[in-house]
Amino acid sequence: MKVLYFAWVRERVGKAEEQLDPPPGIATVGELMAWLAQRGEQYAYAFENPKVIRAAIDRSHVRADAKIAGAAEIAFFPPMTGG
Amino acid sequence: MSVLVKRLMMTTTIRLQREPFDVNAEVAALISDRTDIGAVVTFTGQCRADENGEPIAALTLEHYPGMAETEIARHADEAQARWPLLGVTVIHRYGRLVPGDGIVLVATASSHRQAAFAAAAFLMDYLKTRAPFWKQVEKASGTAWVDAKAADDAAADRWAAPPRQREAAK
Repeated sequence: MKVLYFAWVRERVGKAEEQLDPPPGIATVGELMAWLAQRGEQYAYAFENPKVIRAAIDRSHVRADAKIAGAAEIAFFPPMTGG
Repeated sequence: MSVLVKRLMMTTTIRLQREPFDVNAEVAALISDRTDIGAVVTFTGQCRADENGEPIAALTLEHYPGMAETEIARHADEAQARWPLLGVTVIHRYGRLVPGDGIVLVATASSHRQAAFAAAAFLMDYLKTRAPFWKQVEKASGTAWVDAKAADDAAADRWAAPPRQREAAK
């Protein structure tokens, strides 16, 4: 799946997007964040407080308990500050 | 004497762009050749020269292309479902803006003012909290991401209850 990062999540991870293939045990957005957090120092910093990070699956907002099966694109970002 | 009221389809214009927008031109486009529109409300968000009391030199807006358009369109549809609108225009800029620049334009058109006022407020509250945009400011001390405000979440939450419940709650 394609994983995108925006704003300070992107800066902390150090990249805007990447292709990832999480292990089969990772079922939800929250589990994906926990898995990402242990991929290295930068990921650990980006996902140190997963409660504040928002997610979207295939360009729709989802909560941390959303299932990731079948997702083509998952995005992680801070709370939005547009308008 | 016959009076011809020109009725057209509800028109929705949604644009994300780096370039400035012209409020008068957008309103003119919204109401052009129509005599069924009795009210147009516009809201323009401007780049201020300060953030939390600290002077800023510029504001950079990052967005999620693809999702930003979809999310705005979804809320424009919802506004249309809630109020009898005849037109909606939403233009949101991205990239680097300086104080005095327009950031966002919401224009709503209806036969009467109440729907136009309410729909513009609804769209802005949702843009603030649900449209995937992020602001970074340039200050003397460096760059900083703008924190989301609890007041913006509260403003968006007031639209969460269905209209009938909101009326009853008054």
